[in-house]
Amino acid sequence: MIGIIAYVFIVAGLIFDLFGCLGLVRLPDVYNRLQASTKCVTLGTCSILFGLFLFRGFTDSGIKALLCILFVILTSPVSAHAIARGAHISGVKLWHKSVCDKYEEDKEAKS
Amino acid sequence: MNRRLRWLIGLLIIIALFVGLIFYPPASLLEWQSISLMRFFFILLLCCIFCLYRILRGPTPADRIVSIDILGILIVGFCAVLGIPTGRPWYIDIGIAWALQSFIGTIALAKYLEGKGFEE
Repeated sequence: MIGIIAYVFIVAGLIFDLFGCLGLVRLPDVYNRLQASTKCVTLGTCSILFGLFLFRGFTDSGIKALLCILFVILTSPVSAHAIARGAHISGVKLWHKSVCDKYEEDKEAKS
Repeated sequence: MNRRLRWLIGLLIIIALFVGLIFYPPASLLEWQSISLMRFFFILLLCCIFCLYRILRGPTPADRIVSIDILGILIVGFCAVLGIPTGRPWYIDIGIAWALQSFIGTIALAKYLEGKGFEE
Protein backbone atom coordinates (compact mmCIF):
# COMPACT_ATOMS: atom_id res chain seq x y z
CA MET A 1 0.00 0.00 0.00
CA ILE A 2 2.73 2.47 0.92
CA GLY A 3 4.57 1.46 -2.25
CA ILE A 4 1.59 2.61 -4.33
CA ILE A 5 1.55 5.99 -2.54
CA ALA A 6 5.29 6.35 -3.16
CA TYR A 7 4.83 5.59 -6.87
CA VAL A 8 2.07 8.23 -7.06
CA PHE A 9 4.43 10.82 -5.54
CA ILE A 10 7.23 9.89 -7.96
CA VAL A 11 4.98 10.06 -11.05
CA ALA A 12 3.60 13.46 -9.98
CA GLY A 13 7.15 14.72 -9.54
CA LEU A 14 8.15 13.46 -12.97
CA ILE A 15 5.17 15.23 -14.59
CA PHE A 16 6.15 18.49 -12.86
CA ASP A 17 9.75 18.06 -14.07
CA LEU A 18 8.67 17.43 -17.66
CA PHE A 19 6.39 20.47 -17.83
CA GLY A 20 8.99 22.69 -16.20
CA CYS A 21 11.60 21.74 -18.79
CA LEU A 22 9.02 22.17 -21.58
CA GLY A 23 8.49 25.72 -20.32
CA LEU A 24 12.26 26.21 -20.41
CA VAL A 25 12.21 25.42 -24.13
CA ARG A 26 8.98 27.10 -25.12
CA LEU A 27 8.66 30.47 -23.33
CA PRO A 28 9.96 33.67 -24.97
CA ASP A 29 12.00 35.48 -22.30
CA VAL A 30 14.69 34.91 -19.64
CA TYR A 31 12.38 35.89 -16.79
CA ASN A 32 9.46 33.79 -18.06
CA ARG A 33 11.74 30.77 -18.43
CA LEU A 34 13.11 31.33 -14.95
CA GLN A 35 9.74 31.56 -13.26
CA ALA A 36 8.36 28.56 -15.13
CA SER A 37 11.22 26.14 -14.77
CA THR A 38 12.61 26.85 -11.30
CA LYS A 39 9.36 26.41 -9.39
CA CYS A 40 8.22 23.33 -11.31
CA VAL A 41 11.56 21.51 -11.14
CA THR A 42 12.03 22.28 -7.45
CA LEU A 43 8.60 20.88 -6.56
CA GLY A 44 9.10 17.85 -8.81
CA THR A 45 12.49 16.92 -7.36
CA CYS A 46 11.19 17.34 -3.82
CA SER A 47 8.28 15.04 -4.66
CA ILE A 48 10.64 12.36 -6.06
CA LEU A 49 12.75 12.56 -2.90
CA PHE A 50 9.63 12.25 -0.74
CA GLY A 51 8.70 9.12 -2.69
CA LEU A 52 12.15 7.70 -1.92
CA PHE A 53 11.57 8.51 1.77
CA LEU A 54 8.25 6.63 1.67
CA PHE A 55 10.04 3.59 0.19
CA ARG A 56 12.82 3.58 2.75
CA GLY A 57 11.02 4.64 5.94
CA PHE A 58 13.02 5.98 8.89
CA THR A 59 16.33 4.38 7.97
CA ASP A 60 19.50 6.34 7.29
CA SER A 61 18.88 6.90 3.58
CA GLY A 62 15.28 8.01 4.28
CA ILE A 63 16.47 10.64 6.74
CA LYS A 64 19.06 11.75 4.20
CA ALA A 65 16.26 12.14 1.62
CA LEU A 66 14.34 14.41 4.02
CA LEU A 67 17.53 16.43 4.59
CA CYS A 68 17.98 16.75 0.82
CA ILE A 69 14.36 18.02 0.46
CA LEU A 70 15.06 20.69 3.10
CA PHE A 71 18.27 21.73 1.39
CA VAL A 72 16.75 21.96 -2.12
CA ILE A 73 13.77 23.99 -0.87
CA LEU A 74 16.08 26.38 0.98
CA THR A 75 18.65 26.95 -1.76
CA SER A 76 16.75 26.91 -5.07
CA PRO A 77 14.68 30.14 -4.66
CA VAL A 78 17.79 31.98 -3.46
CA SER A 79 19.73 31.04 -6.57
CA ALA A 80 16.76 31.88 -8.84
CA HIS A 81 16.46 35.33 -7.27
CA ALA A 82 20.20 35.91 -7.69
CA ILE A 83 20.02 34.95 -11.38
CA ALA A 84 17.03 37.25 -12.00
CA ARG A 85 18.73 40.19 -10.30
CA GLY A 86 21.98 39.60 -12.16
CA ALA A 87 20.19 39.35 -15.50
CA HIS A 88 18.30 42.61 -14.88
CA ILE A 89 21.44 44.46 -13.84
CA SER A 90 23.45 43.13 -16.80
CA GLY A 91 20.85 44.61 -19.15
CA VAL A 92 18.81 41.74 -20.59
CA LYS A 93 15.70 43.18 -22.24
CA LEU A 94 12.20 42.10 -21.28
CA TRP A 95 9.85 40.58 -23.83
CA HIS A 96 8.17 43.23 -25.98
CA LYS A 97 4.68 42.30 -24.74
CA SER A 98 5.59 42.49 -21.04
CA VAL A 99 3.27 44.69 -19.00
CA CYS A 100 5.27 46.29 -16.20
CA ASP A 101 8.79 46.43 -14.76
CA LYS A 102 8.73 47.34 -11.07
CA TYR A 103 12.47 46.89 -10.48
CA GLU A 104 13.33 49.51 -13.11
CA GLU A 105 10.87 51.96 -11.47
CA ASP A 106 12.51 51.31 -8.09
CA LYS A 107 15.96 52.00 -9.48
CA GLU A 108 14.75 55.23 -11.10
CA ALA A 109 13.07 56.35 -7.87
CA LYS A 110 16.21 55.72 -5.82
CA SER A 111 18.55 57.55 -8.15
CA MET B 1 6.36 28.52 -44.40
CA ASN B 2 9.97 27.49 -43.94
CA ARG B 3 9.80 28.27 -40.23
CA ARG B 4 6.60 26.28 -39.76
CA LEU B 5 8.20 23.31 -41.57
CA ARG B 6 11.19 23.45 -39.23
CA TRP B 7 8.91 23.52 -36.17
CA LEU B 8 7.04 20.48 -37.50
CA ILE B 9 10.24 18.49 -38.08
CA GLY B 10 11.51 19.29 -34.57
CA LEU B 11 8.21 18.31 -33.00
CA LEU B 12 8.21 15.00 -34.91
CA ILE B 13 11.77 14.23 -33.75
CA ILE B 14 10.86 14.93 -30.11
CA ILE B 15 7.70 12.79 -30.29
CA ALA B 16 9.63 9.91 -31.93
CA LEU B 17 12.30 10.06 -29.21
CA PHE B 18 9.66 10.09 -26.47
CA VAL B 19 7.72 7.13 -27.88
CA GLY B 20 10.84 5.12 -28.60
CA LEU B 21 12.32 5.57 -25.16
CA ILE B 22 9.17 5.28 -23.05
CA PHE B 23 7.24 2.50 -24.76
CA TYR B 24 10.10 0.46 -26.24
CA PRO B 25 12.96 0.73 -23.74
CA PRO B 26 16.33 -0.73 -24.76
CA ALA B 27 18.05 -3.69 -23.13
CA SER B 28 18.93 -2.93 -19.54
CA LEU B 29 22.19 -1.32 -18.59
CA LEU B 30 21.63 -1.77 -14.86
CA GLU B 31 19.87 -4.40 -12.80
CA TRP B 32 16.43 -2.77 -12.76
CA GLN B 33 13.76 -4.34 -10.58
CA SER B 34 10.83 -3.26 -12.75
CA ILE B 35 10.21 -1.73 -16.17
CA SER B 36 8.48 1.37 -14.75
CA LEU B 37 11.61 2.58 -12.95
CA MET B 38 13.48 2.45 -16.26
CA ARG B 39 10.73 4.60 -17.80
CA PHE B 40 11.12 7.15 -14.98
CA PHE B 41 14.84 7.27 -15.76
CA PHE B 42 14.22 7.96 -19.45
CA ILE B 43 11.66 10.70 -18.72
CA LEU B 44 14.34 12.47 -16.65
CA LEU B 45 16.76 12.03 -19.58
CA LEU B 46 14.19 13.75 -21.84
CA CYS B 47 14.09 16.72 -19.41
CA CYS B 48 17.89 16.92 -19.58
CA ILE B 49 17.74 16.97 -23.40
CA PHE B 50 15.41 20.00 -23.20
CA CYS B 51 17.87 21.77 -20.89
CA LEU B 52 20.77 20.98 -23.24
CA TYR B 53 18.79 22.47 -26.15
CA ARG B 54 18.37 25.72 -24.23
CA ILE B 55 22.11 25.75 -23.38
CA LEU B 56 22.95 25.20 -27.06
CA ARG B 57 20.89 28.10 -28.46
CA GLY B 58 20.17 30.53 -25.68
CA PRO B 59 20.39 34.08 -27.03
CA THR B 60 21.83 35.56 -23.82
CA PRO B 61 24.23 34.22 -21.12
CA ALA B 62 21.42 34.40 -18.54
CA ASP B 63 19.54 31.63 -20.40
CA ARG B 64 22.53 29.34 -20.15
CA ILE B 65 22.95 30.03 -16.44
CA VAL B 66 19.25 29.23 -15.84
CA SER B 67 19.67 25.94 -17.73
CA ILE B 68 22.73 24.98 -15.68
CA ASP B 69 20.77 25.66 -12.48
CA ILE B 70 17.89 23.46 -13.68
CA LEU B 71 20.32 20.65 -14.64
CA GLY B 72 21.83 20.76 -11.15
CA ILE B 73 18.41 20.25 -9.57
CA LEU B 74 17.50 17.48 -12.05
CA ILE B 75 20.62 15.46 -11.19
CA VAL B 76 19.44 15.27 -7.56
CA GLY B 77 16.28 13.64 -8.96
CA PHE B 78 18.48 11.24 -10.96
CA CYS B 79 20.25 10.19 -7.77
CA ALA B 80 16.91 9.60 -6.02
CA VAL B 81 15.53 7.50 -8.91
CA LEU B 82 18.75 5.46 -9.10
CA GLY B 83 18.63 4.84 -5.36
CA ILE B 84 15.26 3.04 -5.47
CA PRO B 85 15.96 -0.16 -7.54
CA THR B 86 19.62 -0.68 -6.67
CA GLY B 87 19.08 -0.42 -2.92
CA ARG B 88 22.39 1.31 -2.25
CA PRO B 89 22.16 4.10 0.32
CA TRP B 90 25.06 6.19 -0.95
CA TYR B 91 23.31 7.55 -4.06
CA ILE B 92 21.42 10.05 -1.91
CA ASP B 93 24.77 11.22 -0.46
CA ILE B 94 25.81 12.10 -3.99
CA GLY B 95 22.51 14.00 -4.32
CA ILE B 96 23.13 16.12 -1.21
CA ALA B 97 26.70 16.93 -2.28
CA TRP B 98 25.56 17.81 -5.81
CA ALA B 99 22.82 20.15 -4.54
CA LEU B 100 25.39 22.03 -2.43
CA GLN B 101 27.90 22.33 -5.27
CA SER B 102 25.20 23.46 -7.71
CA PHE B 103 24.03 26.19 -5.31
CA ILE B 104 27.53 27.58 -4.83
CA GLY B 105 28.25 27.48 -8.57
CA THR B 106 25.00 29.22 -9.45
CA ILE B 107 25.63 32.00 -6.94
CA ALA B 108 29.13 32.51 -8.39
CA LEU B 109 27.75 32.67 -11.96
CA ALA B 110 25.05 35.16 -10.89
CA LYS B 111 27.73 37.36 -9.30
CA TYR B 112 29.68 37.18 -12.57
CA LEU B 113 26.54 38.22 -14.46
CA GLU B 114 26.00 41.12 -12.10
CA GLY B 115 29.41 42.50 -12.95
CA LYS B 116 30.87 42.78 -9.48
CA GLY B 117 33.82 40.99 -7.92
CA PHE B 118 33.59 37.68 -6.09
CA GLU B 119 34.85 39.02 -2.76
CA GLU B 120 31.74 40.99 -1.78
